[in-house]
Amino acid sequence: MLLKLLPRLTVATFAIVLVVHRKSSEDSTLEELIAIKTSIPVKEVEDKIALLPGNIYIAPSDYHLLFEKNDQLSLDTSEKVNYSRPSIDVSFESAADVYGHALVAVLLSGANADGTQGLQAIKAAGGIVVVQDPETAEMPFMPRNATENVAADYILGINDLYEFISAINT
Amino acid sequence: MVLIDDRELEVLINEVFEYYGFDFSGYSRASLKRRVDRLLHLDGFRNFTELLSKVRSEPAYFKRMVEEITVNVTEMFRDPLFYNVLRTEILPIIGTKPFIRIWHAGCSTGEEVYSMAILLKELNLLHKSLLYATDINALVLDVAKKGIFPLQMMKQYSENYMTSGGKKDFSHYYTANYGFAKFDSELSEKMVFSQHNLVSDGSFNEFDLILCRNVLIYFDKDLQDKALVLFDDSLAKLGYLALGTKETIKFSPLQNSFKQHNKEKIWKKVQ
Repeated sequence: MLLKLLPRLTVATFAIVLVVHRKSSEDSTLEELIAIKTSIPVKEVEDKIALLPGNIYIAPSDYHLLFEKNDQLSLDTSEKVNYSRPSIDVSFESAADVYGHALVAVLLSGANADGTQGLQAIKAAGGIVVVQDPETAEMPFMPRNATENVAADYILGINDLYEFISAINT
Repeated sequence: MVLIDDRELEVLINEVFEYYGFDFSGYSRASLKRRVDRLLHLDGFRNFTELLSKVRSEPAYFKRMVEEITVNVTEMFRDPLFYNVLRTEILPIIGTKPFIRIWHAGCSTGEEVYSMAILLKELNLLHKSLLYATDINALVLDVAKKGIFPLQMMKQYSENYMTSGGKKDFSHYYTANYGFAKFDSELSEKMVFSQHNLVSDGSFNEFDLILCRNVLIYFDKDLQDKALVLFDDSLAKLGYLALGTKETIKFSPLQNSFKQHNKEKIWKKVQ
């Protein structure tokens, strides 16, 4: 889904942060793959780098990704959450705390319940919650778990998701 | 789940400093908040005030708070490729010295220290090495001193060890008993364990290699810079500093005193 969506975005007026369930080995193939597929700059995430609009940041493997109030990204190696590190819940909750309503969260395909609790935090903080339509997802469990437990603002298939992101790009 | 807010976190930081002289003010707020929330949940507090009250009135509970707030997640040969660089590029250089001093700053339960001891043994350097392992948390140090780890972790550690270039039978380094693996005392004989707080304590020796991996991530930028000064003060000329895979000294005032080793998160002190 990501690899179908990202090439169509040529520019972003906001920062894009990607949290993907990935193997814990030191491997930058995901970053390289996404960098090839999109013309939006992909910034390598190191601890305490600045979060700037117009860039893509990808949570490194085996770290949780957190947000600081001064627009820096922080890394964390604490216990896995929902068997995942990076965990989507962890990033969503942290983002909700810092950005509140100035936030759009999108939950895509996935194999476990990660993300649902985080979306609830985002909803409570006034952010916008978007979930991929489970019918269109390769692994429907994660988005379906969210649609069943969170009052999502939008449930979208890939084309609608692209339209939505383009719309908020202005 | 009870979640504290920013103001409550600052109150906790101030009170802990006032009552116990412990300074958390340089800690990264995002992870600190998560750790406090976790503690609230773990110990069943109904609200922040209950936690604050207990911390104020019970020094023993404050000790527990420090133990639970620090992140102690670690594994042997974590980031195997890093250990491979140590084995093939860094330790052979350091190994030319008549005596080797290594500091594991923030050693947690010791897995990294035992990994290093194994590397040194295989490079025939252990006999002339001393490994200093420090942590703010006395409880994890007690575990580290024993060198006893859950047997179920050995499969993962063995794989990490092999990926890092280890060719021996990993199980030769420990004896298994009652679901635990006790590592050879030949390894721990070369270790010195001590409590040390990177925020408040100074330099205590000069080292050839300092490892501080995935500890600085819990500090804000200013405190990270302070810690790097401490490490600089504690490093022999041409000594090495090794950080975690996603940490850097790139933005520190100290960066010009160091030269990065290829693209690794290992820097040599050149000034």
